[in-house]
Amino acid sequence: MAKLDAPQIVTSRVGLDDGHTLARYLATGGYESLRRALSMSPAAVAEEVDAASLLGRGGAGFPAGRKWSMLKKDPVTYLVVNGDESEPATFKDRLLMERDPHQLVEGVIISAWALQVTAAFIFVRGEFGLGLERVLTAVNDAYAHGALGLDIFGSGFSLDVVVHPGAGAYICGDETALLETLEGKRGFPRIKPPFYPAAIGLYGQPTVVNNVETLSNIPWIVLNGGRAFAALGKGRSTGTRLFALSGRVRRPGVYEIEMVHNTFRDLIFDPALGGGTTDDVAIKAVIPGGASSPWFGPDLLDVPLGQDEVAEHGSMLGSGSVIVIGANDCAVRAAWRLTRFFQRESCGQCTPCREGAGWLERILRRLETGGGRREDIDLLLDVCDNIAPGLGWPPQQTTICPLGPSIPSPITSAIALCKDEFFAHVEHGGCTDG
Amino acid sequence: MSHFLPGFRLRAEGIVALYPHARSATLPLCHLAQEQDGYLSANAMVEIAELTETTPAEVRGTASFFDLFHLEPVGTYVVGVCTNIACLLAGGLELLAHAERSLGVAVGETTAEGTFTLEECECLGDCDVAPCVQVNCRFVRTTTPDAFDSLIDQLRTGAIPEIPRFGLLSRVRRSVGLAVPTEVIATERARVAAEATSNDRAAG
Ligand SMILES: Cc1cc2nc3c(=O)[nH]c(=O)nc-3n(C[C@H](O)[C@H](O)[C@H](O)COP(=O)(O)O)c2cc1C
Ligand code: SF4
Ligand code: FES
Repeated sequence: MAKLDAPQIVTSRVGLDDGHTLARYLATGGYESLRRALSMSPAAVAEEVDAASLLGRGGAGFPAGRKWSMLKKDPVTYLVVNGDESEPATFKDRLLMERDPHQLVEGVIISAWALQVTAAFIFVRGEFGLGLERVLTAVNDAYAHGALGLDIFGSGFSLDVVVHPGAGAYICGDETALLETLEGKRGFPRIKPPFYPAAIGLYGQPTVVNNVETLSNIPWIVLNGGRAFAALGKGRSTGTRLFALSGRVRRPGVYEIEMVHNTFRDLIFDPALGGGTTDDVAIKAVIPGGASSPWFGPDLLDVPLGQDEVAEHGSMLGSGSVIVIGANDCAVRAAWRLTRFFQRESCGQCTPCREGAGWLERILRRLETGGGRREDIDLLLDVCDNIAPGLGWPPQQTTICPLGPSIPSPITSAIALCKDEFFAHVEHGGCTDG
Repeated sequence: MSHFLPGFRLRAEGIVALYPHARSATLPLCHLAQEQDGYLSANAMVEIAELTETTPAEVRGTASFFDLFHLEPVGTYVVGVCTNIACLLAGGLELLAHAERSLGVAVGETTAEGTFTLEECECLGDCDVAPCVQVNCRFVRTTTPDAFDSLIDQLRTGAIPEIPRFGLLSRVRRSVGLAVPTEVIATERARVAAEATSNDRAAG
């Protein structure tokens, strides 16, 4: 049974037609949290966020409070918001930017106060025309309202926020690639060390990078207290989280539900959530956390939606996108398409990623379109093993960023769960599925 | 001679002023050039290099990395069909094939009269209304062949207010420049640090 009694922490306004306007935002308690934060010391605000044990919602799940405490002291520091959302089947940050941009902006200002940064940048994915317009409008209105700019609400605190448009490259979601792009360069992930932008980030200055959903939680946390947030969920996975549900479900969409107390089965089948699979088809596989995450078979539907719980079963909650693959869907085609995504989006700096993705894509394409051979299945695994030796999870890091070692996930998953389909493709000279 | 028309040049300078380093304005200025010209021309890149204190080669190197920048002219409407995982499961490849037939062009091509350019997209972040179609970075939510065709007919015969012509990424402009001088930030920080110390003293 799904547990649906948790408060709507970040989605309370997404159902309103005018939830994006300043007027509606103010009428529903907007910017009260900022006033509260400004009456507290920056350290006290940071303590609330730490007490909430809010895990980053961008994919890696790093605790926001800890990241903030790592920000190196320096006269010039920055806050950068990651709104590049491009992980396949992830569409929750777009919703927040289009439907409740002021909540994000308020979260940014509060965080800037807590971190005492000199300026903040909101990086919005280029393809989100409406999202860009809504966030820009919110920033303009926040200045006019006195919530941004000089002497915010008479507190003496001042802040500028710049909205920066992306231009269509998945890799810019990686925080170091995002910073490069923000500096006006190609989106090449940076070589590590330095490991953390909190030490060396934008223009070489200490920088905190947080995801849109992560920061959209901040106003609620400051108003209600970090402890109230931590009381929701379980273990390390506190609070609620947005799950973007897509694929073979009756009611695809974004659902905010409490962490851990709900399972994949709840999310997919509860009438208030996914409402079951399309035409009641059986489930072949579930992709639990974006394109990079290893798939779950139907036997793992009862795994709770929590960071550690999913990790224990060899995958990751990642960006919170859950994709349901039905019994009649072709696993080879799905693996091929995801591999093509990685091949198109690889930035090309590392050989295993650049070349490996290309080889894998070609092998999968020939399996799908009719030129496949029996040896191709072993060949696929062999190339995957070259990219991420041992094929374990989390994968071994052989490249500059995690994109490369994520490429094997859909392939090894599809082979593990649906090996017969691969052989059937060889025998029948390609896909018989339409 | 400036390649940016006077109004655009003014906006370009305003954009550069938003960043601590001029080079950061590269992407927004490339968008601005596309808004003016409908694509990113060589002349525009020369002027962007001047504005961002880089070289035209650096601007080209950055711009060519990104899917949204077109170094050759494209149609008034760039139509993107997503075929990534959620859309694939919902018939994205089939809708893309239909779009090719319907527009009479292959992926990457522009119709003869210059109205439409067709692209195959990676996930556009609208996976609950799959297969997803975007026109000039606006979601149009036409998931069936029939709906696709009537959208194209509509665009052929007249404009749809929600969809700007290609290049106009945001109709909203920033209404204020940077408001906070660095001295203010320095004073502000000193005050917060002093308050924190006195709080600590009071507490300790
Ligand atoms: C290839 C790649 C793509 C990523 N895409 C995104 C993204 O679209 N949005 C995002 O917030 N984080 C993305 N991340 C994670 C970021 O690097 C970073 O961890 C995150 O923005 C930090 O914010 P958080 O701690 O609030 O989650 C991506 C990482 C990698 C390696
Ligand atoms: S792993 Fe791939 S995407 Fe990441 S830096 Fe290397 S080549 Fe680029
Ligand atoms: S998979 Fe097509 S929009 Fe997300």
